[in-house]
Amino acid sequence: MRLGLVIDLDTCVGCHACATSCKEWNTSSITAPLTDYDPYGKEPSGVWFNRIRHYEVGDYPNNKTINFPMSCMHCENAECVTVCPTGASYKRPEDGIVLVDQDKCMGCNYCSWACPYGARELDRESGTMKKCTLCVDRLYDEALPVEERKPACVLACPAHARMFGDLDDPQSTVSRAVRDRGGYALMPELNYNPTNHYLPPRTRAPVPTNDLGRPSLARKVKEWVNRVIER
Amino acid sequence: MKPSLAVIFLTLFSGSGFGLAALLALDNDFRISGGFGPLMTAILMVCALALVTAGMISSTAHLANPKNAWRAFTRWRSSWLSREGVLAVLFYPFAVADLGWVYFSDKTHSLVVLFLSNTAALIGLATIFSQGMIYACLRTIRQWHTPLVPANFYALGLAVGASILAAARIATGGPDGAIASIAVGLLLIAAVLKAIYYFWIGKPSGTTIQTATGFNRGTVRLLDQGHTFGTFLTREFSNCVTRAAAYRLRIAVFVVGFAGPLALLTLNLEHSIGSWAVVAPVLALLGIGVERFLFFAEAQHVVNLYHGRMPASLPKMPEFMRRKAPAATPLVVHYDKG
Repeated sequence: MRLGLVIDLDTCVGCHACATSCKEWNTSSITAPLTDYDPYGKEPSGVWFNRIRHYEVGDYPNNKTINFPMSCMHCENAECVTVCPTGASYKRPEDGIVLVDQDKCMGCNYCSWACPYGARELDRESGTMKKCTLCVDRLYDEALPVEERKPACVLACPAHARMFGDLDDPQSTVSRAVRDRGGYALMPELNYNPTNHYLPPRTRAPVPTNDLGRPSLARKVKEWVNRVIER
Repeated sequence: MKPSLAVIFLTLFSGSGFGLAALLALDNDFRISGGFGPLMTAILMVCALALVTAGMISSTAHLANPKNAWRAFTRWRSSWLSREGVLAVLFYPFAVADLGWVYFSDKTHSLVVLFLSNTAALIGLATIFSQGMIYACLRTIRQWHTPLVPANFYALGLAVGASILAAARIATGGPDGAIASIAVGLLLIAAVLKAIYYFWIGKPSGTTIQTATGFNRGTVRLLDQGHTFGTFLTREFSNCVTRAAAYRLRIAVFVVGFAGPLALLTLNLEHSIGSWAVVAPVLALLGIGVERFLFFAEAQHVVNLYHGRMPASLPKMPEFMRRKAPAATPLVVHYDKG
């Protein structure tokens, strides 16, 4: 089994709901707390497992805004685990989830240097490295209804841009989505073989503009007035 | 990368200490410039141990949770950091036994000393290699992911060690030609290797913001990094030297770290400089300290790409060679009817 996320960049609206629900769940979860530094001050900062960045792809007028959520990719070749000198970082053989044993970590930061995706963040209060657990404490919790045995970020996403499943199973929803939509992994040249995949935006036919006809006289006057009169 | 003083001192001092121990053993093995007497050997071994210990102690300052530091000796089968720790600790029993044996037997040439000093030397050299591989094995940092890194660590550690030995011999008197020549040779090799390294890391990386985001066909610009203030990532992997500053510091490395000690040791061949020779290793340590600062400061972690902060990732044509493109005209003109 190889559990991971598939993130649809076509539908992600960049609302940060996944990040806040992640923070909410995990700040009282197995690697809790996710310490905040100066949360109400001028320089708020803290530990997050999931961060969303926003990019502009292409040049105007053929450009597009892409909202880009990133968390641990739970790589097959998890170099963060290989370099860990204490054995605190480990990859679960049964489902491929990469975790940090908070009782063993000595806070040397070496794993964060080895991670190309910025998935690991040091908690200055506890002195240990923290990272996305794929909500491992939800996935197998039989007290939860079956449909809620998913990572908090997936449940929170209002655009259904996040899918969770077994990427080893070719018939799973996530594997199908990756196949059908040309899903890809980030920085393949580094050969970390990340489990999480991203679905590119769908190509849509451009909105036709050549059938609009000439603007009406009223429209022309309106535009002329707009140009002449300064607001 | 944010240069951490703890790690700079660790690699600088322990590398020099291991280099000194290795060359001291070699020098006594082959009686280069007559070899060192028992007292001098003991003093130099104390020097080497002090340097290694200073490095090791300073490294614990880098740990956010040092109470678990002992666990770092457990993963030597996979982690170079763990191997470095194991080897560095393994150095002590042999080095201390060698020191004791030389001091109390008052002899630098016996089977026991031969075994102890050379075993300590080999372990020290293996530690330098592990130290280099800690950085060289990271595929995320192009400036580190090169065999030149362990090669540089060797050359620099041995060069400092050799200049300490040469300075000790020159300052205390006695034949110093061969031992000073070795120091000069090692300093030259270290300077050349460092120059090759500086040329090499100027090449653009294959990882770009395009491969990082998967949008390989167009330009990708950061619009918003999603947080109002810095994060662990922006602090740890920040760009902390400008190109111009890095360039000036590189010159300082070559002038202070290499040219200075080289000039002093070469001068000594004609005019004895006496105890002024101790300036040579001090200069070398200072210059190589700057080198180590730059080693961290110039390292660009690929995660910077996601923050739109890796200017050197794509090569750019110089401004005067670029043709002016005509101003872009919108292809889509929006007229809403009515």
